[in-house]
Amino acid sequence: MKKVVIIGAGTGGTMMAHHLRKDLDKSNRSVTIIDERKEHYYQPGFLFLPFDQYKPEDIVKPIADLIPEGVEFINTAASRIEAEKHQVLLQNGSTLPYDILIVATGTEVAPEEIDGMAGEEWGKSVFTFYTFEGSKALRDKLRDWQGGKLVVHITEMPIKCPVAPLEFAFLADSFFKDKKMRDKVDITYVTPLSGAFTKPKATATLEYLLKEKNIRIEPDFAIESVDNEEKVIRDYGGRSVPFDLLVTVPTNKGREVVEISGLGDDLNFIPTDKGTLQSKKHPDIFVIGDATNIPTSKAGSVVHFEAEILTDNILSYIKGKEMKKEFDGHANCFIETGEGKALLIDFNYDHEPVTGTFPIAGIGPLRLLKESRFNHFGKLAFRWIYWNMLLKARPIPFVSARMNLAGKDF
Amino acid sequence: MDKLIAGKTISVTEEGFMTDFSQWDKSIAEAIAAENDISLTPRHWEVIDYIQNEFKNDIPLSIRKIGKSGVLDIKEFYQLFPMAPLKTATKIAGIPKPVSCI
Repeated sequence: MKKVVIIGAGTGGTMMAHHLRKDLDKSNRSVTIIDERKEHYYQPGFLFLPFDQYKPEDIVKPIADLIPEGVEFINTAASRIEAEKHQVLLQNGSTLPYDILIVATGTEVAPEEIDGMAGEEWGKSVFTFYTFEGSKALRDKLRDWQGGKLVVHITEMPIKCPVAPLEFAFLADSFFKDKKMRDKVDITYVTPLSGAFTKPKATATLEYLLKEKNIRIEPDFAIESVDNEEKVIRDYGGRSVPFDLLVTVPTNKGREVVEISGLGDDLNFIPTDKGTLQSKKHPDIFVIGDATNIPTSKAGSVVHFEAEILTDNILSYIKGKEMKKEFDGHANCFIETGEGKALLIDFNYDHEPVTGTFPIAGIGPLRLLKESRFNHFGKLAFRWIYWNMLLKARPIPFVSARMNLAGKDF
Repeated sequence: MDKLIAGKTISVTEEGFMTDFSQWDKSIAEAIAAENDISLTPRHWEVIDYIQNEFKNDIPLSIRKIGKSGVLDIKEFYQLFPMAPLKTATKIAGIPKPVSCI
């Protein structure tokens, strides 16, 4: 009997529970998933909630409803992973031994990392949409905000869904245009990167869009503090940017249990083999999604692709066979650009996003790195796909785990 | 692409990061620093040494790591290499652009 324990019932953990229930021999396995939360959020919805495009109830479901039959769900926190003893200590006092551990604990925001960020103005003029509560609070703020200086800000990399703050800036432009108050809002995009994005071709396209929408970019900004009295953010180089409304993405860190267990790096991300997704230190620990330190985006699409590969690798590991090193860093992200349009990017460790057609080479129907209405409908349809296909580990037609080179204009 | 730095032909990326560390020497570092309006002091050299060592040991570089390195704090890093210190310092040190940004 092989005991598989999954920590975290978010996107990655839930997908793995479905995969393993399907693919592991029923008579010879037990799968347990641990999470202290009761609710599962559709996180891409946090982007739409502030603009009243989604309602809170559209983006939440009980975790218990999403875990497949035959998998045990323990609704408590994992307080420590004892890797040397191959067991997990739970907050409810019990100890869970494992043959294989899958860590799917994700990331969380840590505003306390920056002096003054979690200060007096937090929730008044300083917000983040990276949590459900934060996103809802921002919605309430935007409903009757009278305008002024809106600053959309990234604290430091890496962050979950690196395009989300850009999308927020684009959607804000659209939102204020619809409210006939765009002339009362000055939008600045402040980033620690040297440009709008990390890869050259996508950066060029996105910077063109920022310009077109009259959004100023302040690059290479390494924030030192938030001044709650003067309402400015300051960087180590002495620059400062004033705000009336600061929408920030705080430092993203792995969960505390990773730190307590001594498994993480300086941001609590777990050193992981970028091909096999096995922990670099402990062969019986595997890591999926935002919890890893692998050099690709922290995004749901990445988790989906990783889950297929990780399942194969775990099956090989159980049989004592060599694992196929094959995760290629594949990421696929819709980028909302406002006014009912979106871009789509598809990339991996080796290939940056370029123009082309997706998922069927030469046909599409989606267009890569070009704005289109159809892409926007793709993003909206994605919510249904997430709940009904992705989480349940059903394959998406034409979309393979490894990135397809065909249909791309290299 | 090739670029003439301190009288030598050096292979660099479009952004000016050296692609072959074996071509690096102190005169090249000084020339790249001058292009960025920096004249190198002994303190600069300590930081460059530290950065090169981290790179040789395959340790990914980030502003956060440098702040916690014990070698210098972030404030001083900015004083030594203004504007985008990690980019400028790695360029002068002759190592690739850090990939802390995905």
